[in-house]
Amino acid sequence: MGWKRKDLLTMQELDAGEIRTILDTAESMKEIATREIKKVPALRGKTIVNLFYEPSTRTRTSFEIAGKWLSADVVNFSASGSSVSKGESLLDTAKNIEAMSPDVVVVRHSSSGTPQLLAEALRCAVVNAGDGAHEHPTQALLDLLTIREKKAHLEGLHVVIIGDIAHSRVARSNIHGMRKVGMTVTVAGPPTLIPPYVQELGVKVSHRLEDVIADVDVIMMLRLQQERMTAGLIPSLREYSRLWGLTLDKLAAARPDVLIMHPGPVNRGIELAPDVADGPYSVILDQVTNGMAVRMAVLYLLTGGKAQ
Amino acid sequence: MNLLIKGGRVIDPANGVDGVRDLLVQDGKIAACGPALAAPEATPTIDAGGKVVCPGFIDLHTHLREPGYEYKETIATGTRAAAAGGFTAVCAMANTFPVNDNRAVTDYILAKARVEGVVRVYPVGAVTRNLKGEELAELGELAEAGCVAFSDDGKPVMNSGLLRRAMEYILPFGTPVISHAEDLNLAAGGVMHEGAVSTELGLKGMPTAAEEAMVARDIVLTELTGTPVHIAHLSTAGAVRLIRDAKARGVRVTAEVTPHHLVLTDEAVRSYDPNTKMNPPLRPKRDQEALLEALADGTIDAIATDHAPHAQAEKEGEYDHAAFGIVGLETAVSLLLDRLVRPGLLDLPSLVARLTVGPARAFGLPGGTLGLGSQADITILDLGRELTIEPARFHSKSRNTPFAGWQVTGMPWMTVGGGRVVMWERVIKGGFGA
Repeated sequence: MGWKRKDLLTMQELDAGEIRTILDTAESMKEIATREIKKVPALRGKTIVNLFYEPSTRTRTSFEIAGKWLSADVVNFSASGSSVSKGESLLDTAKNIEAMSPDVVVVRHSSSGTPQLLAEALRCAVVNAGDGAHEHPTQALLDLLTIREKKAHLEGLHVVIIGDIAHSRVARSNIHGMRKVGMTVTVAGPPTLIPPYVQELGVKVSHRLEDVIADVDVIMMLRLQQERMTAGLIPSLREYSRLWGLTLDKLAAARPDVLIMHPGPVNRGIELAPDVADGPYSVILDQVTNGMAVRMAVLYLLTGGKAQ
Repeated sequence: MNLLIKGGRVIDPANGVDGVRDLLVQDGKIAACGPALAAPEATPTIDAGGKVVCPGFIDLHTHLREPGYEYKETIATGTRAAAAGGFTAVCAMANTFPVNDNRAVTDYILAKARVEGVVRVYPVGAVTRNLKGEELAELGELAEAGCVAFSDDGKPVMNSGLLRRAMEYILPFGTPVISHAEDLNLAAGGVMHEGAVSTELGLKGMPTAAEEAMVARDIVLTELTGTPVHIAHLSTAGAVRLIRDAKARGVRVTAEVTPHHLVLTDEAVRSYDPNTKMNPPLRPKRDQEALLEALADGTIDAIATDHAPHAQAEKEGEYDHAAFGIVGLETAVSLLLDRLVRPGLLDLPSLVARLTVGPARAFGLPGGTLGLGSQADITILDLGRELTIEPARFHSKSRNTPFAGWQVTGMPWMTVGGGRVVMWERVIKGGFGA
């Protein structure tokens, strides 16, 4: 199918066909990474602005490499905090960017909804690279690509997402994306880290790790941010790790072909024991590799490339 | 200050009047109300045939922003917006700069209002100095100077002991305390209602419990002290239940609701438009239904605008960094007529009651009635007029509204204050003192 959207803002807005289109295109892009000269001319003459209001090494680098492998000119624009803190409104920033005539703006921001506001203000394509606790669609797409590679299909699989669901944009994008392609999603964590009414997103909820890892095809661990502890959401890292950390002992109850995923960076010894993070079930590095393929596909499709 | 208003449907809930009447004003007072009244020669006559003639509307909750934030609103522009919206009196909240926590500020507001205002301005004094919630403001002197109620609006008095002392202290002055019911610890960091929509949007939510816990506390303190409490901008079904139960026990509690909580739900936030950001936040349908029910059965005494003007830069950009609040004076009546009265959710006399006698009684204000001898503050409505809400045409200095472009039917046609025509067809004709 063709690609019709101007922007990629959320997984919620995509239908199953669009998700498949991106994954199929990403699969064809993976071959570029294996070439000696990792460069194709698909986006030659196009300009991509990476507009990162939040510190990010992994996602920004992934978008940068993706753009460069497609021969686009990639400009990184880093800013700290919100535009308000600099005395310039977000819409003023948008107008300035517009004046530089980019083809794609990749935006990360600590405020939910910012990519949508920018997309309404800008004529060029806008890609959401993570907004607050809202969505991170390319992360969900790379997760889906990784699962599809390992399991050969998506429909009918059961995934459990474990950890700080309340503050996770990765969880929200994955919930939307996975449900649309026919997967079952359970979220698990202490009640203080599970957002209210999350069931209305179509997921099951569990508050005991032991109850959820035996019967799933994929275990997706989320990073625990240390400030959650100081905010009084959990009593201590020690307790969180003991109750919610994934160890080889606990994994003994899991299926032998279970996949362990993590959006990174991993707090080793907290959410994942080192021997689990590096063990045979782990596909964490495949996720990173697939991230570039997915981002190449997204940039390619948004700039008018023909879907695979 | 003499006027004959002929042939309108007079709705005066304070006196149980609803019928076609003439209304005669002499020397700024209501002189007669009845069929086919004769007026002295040269009395200006207004043909109100087909229109609805009511006591002047009273807004219990307005932010005029002056002194201190004149870039958002002034007493001159805010009262013009009030007149354009059909209000003849507004209660001005204390969170100005400097805060209205001492007599000099109250005097300044009243003096400015006399010179530049076009409707009556009733100042609301702060409960605590500088709204800090630490020491009592000079409540007695503020009451003497003309403050009609006390509130740290926007900032709840979290210290229950201090609020108890404030309520005890003001008991002899007969003024109510207005509660901005928000437990700051429960609501901490929230920018919208906590629920399914906030979870989906990834925005920090404020639970209904943040409001309900404080409503419960304030009702208990009213029972303890005897000073009436008025719950500002009620927004949750649970708070409605608490107030209904308290009223049934005879507790002196009154409440207001805003038009935006009656016509919008948290679904509106999906746009990430900062003009949907207010405190308390827009709630889900079930809360809205409870508010409507409470409005109809009298549990809610008043509709108040919570008119909160902000400059454009404060209301654009990232949702969680935008200021809370919207303007409301010029949209309230049209929204209420179109979205509540037209579909039959609220009958017209009840709406008029919640804009007149309800607010007047809650704060012990003059007005809210067309009784003989009362001040001739009158609002005339045109129920059939269709209009588009156009922020560019607001009299207010600010434009922060989520209702831009809405098509509505029904509008305030004329505002009369003290027997003078203040507004006609959205054009300001002059103030009380003009």
